Amino acid sequence: MRHILSILVENEPGVLSRVSGLFSGRGFNIETLNVAPTLEDGVSIMTISTVGDEQIIEQIIKQLRKLVTVIKVVDLTEVKNVEREMMLLKVSAEEGKRAEILRIVDVFRCKVVDVGFDELTIEITGTQDKLTALINLMQRFGIKEIARTGAVAMRRSMQ
Amino acid sequence: MELTGAQILLESLGREGVDVFFGFPGGAVIDIYHQIPNYPNLKHVLVRHEQGAIHMADGYARATGKVGVCLVTSGPGATNTVTGIATAYMDSIPVVIITGQVPTPLIGNDAFQEVDIVGITRPCTKHNYLVKDITKLAKTIKEAFFLAQSGRPGPVLIDLPKDLQQQKCVYSYPKKVSMRGYNPHYDPNVKQVRKVAELLCKAKHPVIYAGGGVISSGASKEVTKLAQTYGVPVTATLMGLGCFPGDDPMWLGMLGMHGTYAANHSISNADLILAVGARFDDRVTGKLSEFATKATMVHIDIDPTSIQKNVHVHVPIVADCRLFMEALNKEMAAIVEEGEGCPPKTKWLEQTAEWKAKHPLKYKPAAKGGMIKPQSVVEAIDKITKGDCIIATEVGQNQMWAAQFFNYKLPRTLLTSGGLGTMGYGFPAAIGAQAAFPEKLVIDVAGDGSIQMCIQELATAVCYNLPVKIVILNNGYLGMVRQWQELFYEKNYCNTCMDVAPDFVKLAEAYGAAGFRVTQAKDLEATLKEAFATPKPCIVDVVVDPEENVYPMVPAGKSLTEMILV
Ligand SMILES: Cc1ncc(C[n+]2csc(CCOP(=O)(O)OP(=O)(O)O)c2C)c(N)n1
Ligand SMILES: [Mg+2]
Repeated sequence: MRHILSILVENEPGVLSRVSGLFSGRGFNIETLNVAPTLEDGVSIMTISTVGDEQIIEQIIKQLRKLVTVIKVVDLTEVKNVEREMMLLKVSAEEGKRAEILRIVDVFRCKVVDVGFDELTIEITGTQDKLTALINLMQRFGIKEIARTGAVAMRRSMQ
Repeated sequence: MELTGAQILLESLGREGVDVFFGFPGGAVIDIYHQIPNYPNLKHVLVRHEQGAIHMADGYARATGKVGVCLVTSGPGATNTVTGIATAYMDSIPVVIITGQVPTPLIGNDAFQEVDIVGITRPCTKHNYLVKDITKLAKTIKEAFFLAQSGRPGPVLIDLPKDLQQQKCVYSYPKKVSMRGYNPHYDPNVKQVRKVAELLCKAKHPVIYAGGGVISSGASKEVTKLAQTYGVPVTATLMGLGCFPGDDPMWLGMLGMHGTYAANHSISNADLILAVGARFDDRVTGKLSEFATKATMVHIDIDPTSIQKNVHVHVPIVADCRLFMEALNKEMAAIVEEGEGCPPKTKWLEQTAEWKAKHPLKYKPAAKGGMIKPQSVVEAIDKITKGDCIIATEVGQNQMWAAQFFNYKLPRTLLTSGGLGTMGYGFPAAIGAQAAFPEKLVIDVAGDGSIQMCIQELATAVCYNLPVKIVILNNGYLGMVRQWQELFYEKNYCNTCMDVAPDFVKLAEAYGAAGFRVTQAKDLEATLKEAFATPKPCIVDVVVDPEENVYPMVPAGKSLTEMILV
């Protein structure tokens, strides 16, 4: 099953490689990984989405907790959570296609953030499913490039 | 008071109670070496290869329970310690490794003798540091020693750039450490203690399966008390040997691939297993799906990641083994007091005794005038020393025979590379132990292959008059590999015959140590005695039966009861 882990870490050199090295060294999966500073000085938050059975996820969480530079690990899959991911998608958009692409952008409530002579760059935020749906729809116009942030997530206030 | 980084380091080692450390100089640590004469309470042992230094620090740590320390230069000095760091990591041994590093402004530029040792050792240290700010040096050293010996112990490396060794700052050594990401859980949970006590009272076929954690947490006395008071048979892993007296009726012997018949059958038929400070290594469990299928499994370990890693455990307990066993003994006493009692496991003890009697450890004795059996050498050592010595081992058949045929009675009397199986470990580890206990008899049970991996440390032993005794079980083979080739690879002895070997007696003499050779069984005891009485490092080269095998043996991947017996 897919799990989203939220990991508070000391923001110091090497911490990312400690975490990623743990995953590669022990044969765990990283599906997506996102790191950014938090409000607290010297503390960063990593969001990792990973897959594995219960026993593997338990090992991943314990192994992460064992790292000295990891302050806290929460498995957000165990609680109600909001999960979002942001993607930039560059699609070819010659004259004839443009109108339909813009209609889809409208339906998905995403936005065009850059325009070229024959291409558009779209920014979309949502769940993984929503991003995948957009990719599927855009495929036939010719996707030139995508960049994704990986999932970020938070515990919902009302549990 | 302002001190240089080099002074801060040495001053702090003193504050941590370090009396001896092991090292080898180089450009990136000259500043530290320059200061060593100013710290006469810190004895430095100059090794001949950095792998020797780290194994010595490790052997010192295993024998004393204190943190072992080694100091090496950047680049090749640092990389030469990696095998030893991994060795200590696998066996949870507290060592602190100080490596010099190129000056901070050069880091990342492929400077002369620069290597990213923090990157290289990240997966084989408990934690490591690159110090970039002189004001953080003292705190880093404090943390390193704290991490190395608390929780599940392990190696911690500090990489110290040369310019920091020269910079100055006001020195104050912190009294306490606080790390928000590190907080090992020691105290046993009262309810769990009660639960385990109840399980033990009810159990008909209980077994204690003790690992290295019993020794590192100092739980041997409590484990022994529990086993003796309530009649619970005890088996131990290679790392656990010595945690329970080998001559006690409750002792089953080591379990696993080369474990005893009684231990492997007891585990396989147990209805309750108390796994204390052990980690269900594949050399212990054999085929996992058939391991201890009848047992309720209780697992006590300080490291949560060890629990539920390989084997499903019914009662997982994260706690310090000593504290838990102490609490368990108290709880058991209370239950007995309450009158409910813990009925004796009479039938079970009869059964385990029968297994022990039926299949003790044995070997085919040498024919009259035939070649010496390697097992008999270990037995002779046990007999001559009456068990009063520290045994280090190399790796291979010699290691297994040293584990099987010596009766360990006390913790910290066996120094052996269990997890990593590092050939070349034993001799330097023995030197480290000897440095800690100059008066004790320290013996390295060696193989002719392994001993050549760190043989250069003979110079170190001679130089500091650390009179370690190396007893080579010389079979002319990389014996353990040859055994596998014999049993599982059609006797294709490819590259395992060591027919070109040095004359170990002359080699010892060349280094200024004493050399002995034994080829006849009748000379064995006398020669060993003579060597043990010689007040300098010795090699005793015992020429043994070349094709002797280690038995019992559970072939890799088979279940524990599928044993090849003698
Ligand atoms: C550094 C290292 N390299 C290779 C091995 C694989 N290995 C395990 S046992 C063994 C043979 C050891 O030979 P020897 O020291 O003569 O011991 P014996 O088995 O003959 O007693 C080898 C090569 C190892 N454990 N460590
Ligand atoms: Mg050999």
